[in-house]
Amino acid sequence: MAQIVKRNKALSVSPLKASQTIGAALAFLGFRRAIPMLHGSQGCTAFGKVFFVRHFREPIPLQTSAMDQVSTIMGADDNVVEGLKTICAKSAPALVGVPTTGLAETQGCDVRLAVKTFRDQCPEYAHIAVVPVATPDYSGCMETGFAAATRAILDELVPAAAQAGTSPGRRRRQVNVLAGAHLTPGDLERLKDLVEAFGLRPLVIPDLSDSLDGHLTDTDFSPLTIGGTPLNELATLGDARATLVIGASLYPAADLLHERTGVEDFRFDHLMGLEATDALIQVLQQLSGAEVPEKLVRQRAQLQDAMLDTHFMLGLSRIAIAADPDLLNGFSRLLAGMGAETVAAVTPANAPVLQRAACEAVKIGDLEDLRLLAVDHGAELLIGNSHAVESAARLGIPLLRAGFPQYDRLGGYQRTWIGYQGTRQTLFELANLLLSMERGEIHPYRSIYACKPDHREVSDAAATPPETNRLRH
Amino acid sequence: MKQKDIAALLDEPACAHNAKSKSGCARPKPGSTAGGCAFDGAQIALLPIADVAHIVHGSIACAGSSWDNRGARSSGPTLYRIGMTTDLTEQDVIMGRGEKRLFHAIRQAVESYAPAAVFVYNTCVPALVGDDISAVCKAAQERWGVPVVPVDAAGFYGTKNLGNRIAGETMVKYVCGTREPDPPPPASARDGITVHDINLIGEYNIAGELWHVLPLLDELGLRVLCTLSGDARYCEVQTMHRAEVNMMVCSKAMINVARKLKEAWGTPWFEGSFYGVGDVSQALRDFARVTGDADLGDRTEALIAREEARIHAALEPWRVRLRGKKVLLYTGGVKSWSVISALQDLGMQVVATGTKKSTEEDKARIRELMGSDALMIEDGNPRALLNIVREQQVDILIAGGRNMYTALKARIPFLDINQEREFGYAGYTGMLELARQLALTLESPVWEAVRRPAPWSIPAAAAEA
Repeated sequence: MAQIVKRNKALSVSPLKASQTIGAALAFLGFRRAIPMLHGSQGCTAFGKVFFVRHFREPIPLQTSAMDQVSTIMGADDNVVEGLKTICAKSAPALVGVPTTGLAETQGCDVRLAVKTFRDQCPEYAHIAVVPVATPDYSGCMETGFAAATRAILDELVPAAAQAGTSPGRRRRQVNVLAGAHLTPGDLERLKDLVEAFGLRPLVIPDLSDSLDGHLTDTDFSPLTIGGTPLNELATLGDARATLVIGASLYPAADLLHERTGVEDFRFDHLMGLEATDALIQVLQQLSGAEVPEKLVRQRAQLQDAMLDTHFMLGLSRIAIAADPDLLNGFSRLLAGMGAETVAAVTPANAPVLQRAACEAVKIGDLEDLRLLAVDHGAELLIGNSHAVESAARLGIPLLRAGFPQYDRLGGYQRTWIGYQGTRQTLFELANLLLSMERGEIHPYRSIYACKPDHREVSDAAATPPETNRLRH
Repeated sequence: MKQKDIAALLDEPACAHNAKSKSGCARPKPGSTAGGCAFDGAQIALLPIADVAHIVHGSIACAGSSWDNRGARSSGPTLYRIGMTTDLTEQDVIMGRGEKRLFHAIRQAVESYAPAAVFVYNTCVPALVGDDISAVCKAAQERWGVPVVPVDAAGFYGTKNLGNRIAGETMVKYVCGTREPDPPPPASARDGITVHDINLIGEYNIAGELWHVLPLLDELGLRVLCTLSGDARYCEVQTMHRAEVNMMVCSKAMINVARKLKEAWGTPWFEGSFYGVGDVSQALRDFARVTGDADLGDRTEALIAREEARIHAALEPWRVRLRGKKVLLYTGGVKSWSVISALQDLGMQVVATGTKKSTEEDKARIRELMGSDALMIEDGNPRALLNIVREQQVDILIAGGRNMYTALKARIPFLDINQEREFGYAGYTGMLELARQLALTLESPVWEAVRRPAPWSIPAAAAEA
């Protein structure tokens, strides 16, 4: 059980944390014809927009309730109402998400009341879903905001079984998938492939692989998301055969869905590595009653082969990880399964899943903490977002980019980490990075008696004690 | 910050917007507002000061999504690129522990990074709960002997533009005039060349473009005491009051700095741009004119003649490729006219330009450059921009990064002109990079490819025809 080390300094240096608020915004972006409107000052939205644009290299629909000095003091409920009216009139969305910011929460806003006022004033927009969620940035992190928004959407839009007349299993082929913030659009595509391989129909919530996978459409401009989970599908969740929950951060949302619909759920902390993928495949096999397709059997065998090939590099390697809890947990377990050690682990906010991370301690902190821990424990490789480039450079060790944001490379959002194939690719990449370090290389030793002509010029320099055959890290 | 202080900042007599109700400072509209807040503006304006520890006092959203996010380059220290924030927790907010945390945060920054100074940026949550950041900064400065400057620019005070002004105001109030400039290094002395001290206000050294201009200023004997704020050091900002001339570079955002320096120290200032051959030459001439140094004037003309001949020769092959291409330019303020002349230098035709942030004076210059029927765009929402592209058969959209993916999704060539860009276009040499980037996207084979329908979606008859 990993020990959780709390934050112990006043200043956060090179922050790892991204706010709950934009985590919530990201969840809303996984629904079709949706737009999040952050309830706060316009800067909250502008920063969030740049954050996502740089990561996904896509236009990002994001609006603001634009609190100014007067509404900050006098109350900003009117801003929410006016903002909702404007968006509904201009863009006719299917869903408007209203995550609150630290500013709105400190002010003490009642965003539900504001939404109710909007409902009362504008019956003509009754068909447009509006989901408020409390996500102040002074607590939690991106992952918790994503989870809170997902839960709020289910709470608002999934009817109780008794009321809606849904019954589990009526749609024999449908499998609901609650997908956590640590999964990339690339991961979700792979996950859907796996589910479909068993003749089942996945309904992913939220489906970022349909909205932010980076594809060109025929329409030249949309003020809303151009893909994602269709809202009307939410009414069918109660008829599904089962729910798969990926990421411990979504377990509270899963509890709600289960309570509401009675649909059986299967929970996975993560889907990295052989063991985790096996568990998923077994569940899919049971649900479908079908044989495991030959293709997957082959992929499993390929992964096992890759594990053999890469264990020489990964075994006893010392890894430092900076990521939100679910991603950190997944990586630590994958690495442990390869005989690698997670010697430094930093995460922006505490979460129950961290108890299960495969490392001695997890520090709640920033990238400065990560760097210091990595030095103390002799880390050889770093896993983290694009901000960690600087940390890796100072440590002189390679970086595997994962998590949010990734702005200095293209296609980070499309990386696939999960399943047999994704894991195999991850292992290859980790092994290649470690190979590039020339670990264990023995440096030439020049004997003081050597008569090799090419040694002579440097003999003066060699008067200083030679670097012995120290292992280079 | 008090309402009346904000009102005072919004009232900027040197700004041509001032007379009109419409200014860069109009109230944002919920549900249809784009652009950053006052904190964003203040941070952009000061973050390039390279040897300062920039601490964002607030909850994580302010620094967490924005640190290490700008293209401003430094020739030395990289301290400014390290994100620092008090990352306030719920307990801090509820129990009122923010001030205490800030005080210790400043100590931590001073002890770990030995900065030349510490800037503390106020943000919405501490501003709302009433943290007295000026008092904390004052106490911290006395305790640790390092200048600690409060930048009170919480997001809800207003727009990015207001934040720029707060940043400028803060520098004038706390920093300018606190030190005398050192004499120029002896090795820099050249016979017959009188050195004139100048400041460049509003130059951010995006992608290092200042370094295209600096060699020219060196050659003329113009010593830049300080650029506010590209590649600046704290000690340079301290000496800004001693300049003979201030140049407002390409932006009205910190016009209050130029005005206040004139009021307090009598420094004359002019407005200019380093984009486009004609504008670079004009800026150099203005330095000679304002200093009244006839010899400098002669040497400036000689330099201009030499540089213009060189760059025109180098641009000739690019002009052939770019001539007649139609441009839609959508950017704010002064850039709308300064970039127009740069594009016209390349033989391109600017069919429309954004004027959302431009003053009447800017607009007059635009008319002068583009003709009286110039199409001016007030509201540049993506839909409107795309419509103009279609109607005017525009070849390329030049705008800020936020519009980049709007253009690409509509399969329209695009050039980024704002601060996040990775290439420097300033100075004579910058024009070459601008030409190269324009040609690169305009002539790319990908446009045909991304507009081509899949072969199986074309009916056979149509395909044969």
